[in-house]
Amino acid sequence: MKVWSYGDDINTDMLFPGKYTYTCGTAEEIKPHLLEDLDPSFAGEVAEGDVIVAGKNFGCGSSREQPVVGLKAVGVQAIVAKGFARIFYRAAINQGLLLVECPAAVEAYQPGDAVSLDLAAGTIEIGDERFDFPKLPPEILAIREAGGLLAYTVEKLAAQSTG
Amino acid sequence: MGSTFAQKVLANKSGQAQVVVGQIVMVQPDHLLTHDNTAAIVGKIGAELEQFGVARPEMPVIVLDHVVPAASEKTALNHKQTRDFVAKHSLPQFFDVGAGICHQVTVEEGLALPGQIVVGSDSHTCSYGALGAFSTGVDRTEAAALLLRGETWLRVPETMRIELSGKLSPMVDAKDLVLSIIGDIGADGANYRAVEFHGAVDSLSMEERLTIANMGIEMGAKIAVFPVDEITRSYLASIGVAEGSYQPQWADDDADYVQRLSYDLSAVEPVVACPHKVDNVKPVSELEGLEIQQVLLGTCTNGRYDDLAIAADILDGHTVAKGVRLLVLPASKRVFERALDGGVIAKLSRAGAIVLPPGCGPCLGAHQGVLAPGERCLSTANRNFKGRMGCKEAEIYLSSPATAAAAAITGKLNDPRKLAPQKEA
Repeated sequence: MKVWSYGDDINTDMLFPGKYTYTCGTAEEIKPHLLEDLDPSFAGEVAEGDVIVAGKNFGCGSSREQPVVGLKAVGVQAIVAKGFARIFYRAAINQGLLLVECPAAVEAYQPGDAVSLDLAAGTIEIGDERFDFPKLPPEILAIREAGGLLAYTVEKLAAQSTG
Repeated sequence: MGSTFAQKVLANKSGQAQVVVGQIVMVQPDHLLTHDNTAAIVGKIGAELEQFGVARPEMPVIVLDHVVPAASEKTALNHKQTRDFVAKHSLPQFFDVGAGICHQVTVEEGLALPGQIVVGSDSHTCSYGALGAFSTGVDRTEAAALLLRGETWLRVPETMRIELSGKLSPMVDAKDLVLSIIGDIGADGANYRAVEFHGAVDSLSMEERLTIANMGIEMGAKIAVFPVDEITRSYLASIGVAEGSYQPQWADDDADYVQRLSYDLSAVEPVVACPHKVDNVKPVSELEGLEIQQVLLGTCTNGRYDDLAIAADILDGHTVAKGVRLLVLPASKRVFERALDGGVIAKLSRAGAIVLPPGCGPCLGAHQGVLAPGERCLSTANRNFKGRMGCKEAEIYLSSPATAAAAAITGKLNDPRKLAPQKEA
C-alpha cells in the first residue's frame, strides 16, 4: 500500500482537468487523467488499497465528480485530510469513497509512515500513533452501506412502489 | 434563540417549526439545475428512468451552456442526448444552445426565487443567494438521484454573518469586494457554512449581488445569501414575477452566528486574485505593469449588462493593445441583446474585442480561447486554478470588469481608477 501525500487546497482542476469534463465520463476514461496537473506519476502507479493524505480544503472548486469516481475506481482506500470542500465530501458519500477528516493525523504523518484505518472503530493509525475520527450520522452511513446514492435511491423507490 | 436564514428555509421546506445546526433534513428542492452534464447524469440512470420516470418534471431546469455551440462530435452528442431526454419526458424548463449561461438564464427566467431551495450539478449554483434563495451545488450522481426521487438530504449549516457599511468607490465593484473577503478568510474560510450579508446591502445592485453570491463557493460556502429588499422586488417585477408569488425568508435578529465579519465598502480597492488560487489576492497597485496576453470579460460571475457596459465605457475611444486578445462573452442572449441595443457591443467591438456567443466559453478550458504555455490571462471569471483554461503552463489572474478593461487598453495590469471613462458611466 502506498501513501500519496499532498498539500492544502488541492482543487478539482488538479484532480481532474476541466478540459476533459465533457469528453471523459466513465471510470475507464477518467483513470488516465487522475491528478494529471498535480502529480503526473499518480495515474500510472496508483494501486488498490492506496491512501491519500492531504491538507485542508481537499477537493475545492468545481462540482465535478470525476475525481471521486476515478479515485474510487482505482481502489483508493481512503483520503485522509485536514478538511474537505463540501461538494467533494458529498460526492464521496454518493460514490462510497471513504473520506476521513482528521487534522491531527495529517499533522502527525511523515513520509514513509504506514497508515491503517479501522472504519468500525473510527480510528486511524499513522506510524505508531492512533487517532479517532468522527463517525458519520446514520442517514449518511445508510447511503454508503447501500453501495452509494444510486443504489440507495433505487432501494427507496422499489420499497415505495411495492409498499 | 432565533433562526438564521438557512434554518428558516430548511425548517419551512422540511415541514418543521425549527431546525438546529447539524440536523439532517429531507427536502424537495424547488428546482434542480443541470447543464451540458445532463447527458452524463441521465446516462447513469437509463434503466431506472424507464422504470420510475422523472419524479417531478417541473423540477429540472436544463441549460446547455458549457461548450456551446458544440466543439466536437462528443459534445454535440451530449447536447443531442439532452434534447432527446427533454423531449421524451416532456420537461418544461429546457434552454438550448444560445440562451446563455445557466446561472444567468435561471435568474432571468424567474426559476430561482426568494425562500426557494435550488440545487444544481454546478458549483456556482450558489449564485441565487443574491435573490434570497437557498441554492447550492451537488455532484452528478446526486442530480441523477434527484431526477428519480425528487428529494434529498441537506445538513443545516453553521452561518457566518458579514456586515457591510459604506459605499464602493468609483471603478471599484462587487468583484473587488468578494475577492477581498476571500483573500482575508481563505478558500475554505466559509467551508460547509452559510454566509449571510447584512447592513449596507442597498448600495449593491442585483447584478453586483449575483457576482458576490456566485463567488461564495470560492470561500467554500454552502450558500451565500442577501436579504430580499426593494432591489430584489423590483428586479423580480422587471422579469414578470409578481410579489405575491414568492415567500422571502430572513434571519431573526437573535440568530446564532459562528463568526461575524464586517467590511467598509468605501475602503475596498481594486484587487486581483493571482495564480493559482482564488485566495491569493493582492491590490492591483502592487502588480501594475504585469503584461497580459488575453483578457476575458464574461462568465457567470461578470458577464451581465453592467459588467459589459462598464468595460465598454472604459474602452470607448481606445483600442485594445497590440498583442492582446479581448474576449467578450455576454452571460445570456438577453444580456447580449440589451448590450446590442444600448450600443455596448458596438463600443466593445470597435475597440477591438472579439465577441463570442453567450455561454461559459474559455472559463473551463474546453474551447474558445484556450491559453498557450507561458501566456497570462486576466479574467473576470471566478477561478484561476492551474490548468483551468486548458493549459497548466499558463497563468490566470482574476479581476473586476473595470480592471480587465483597463488592462486590455495598455496590455498591462493597471489601476482602473487612473483611466477615467471617456463618458459618464
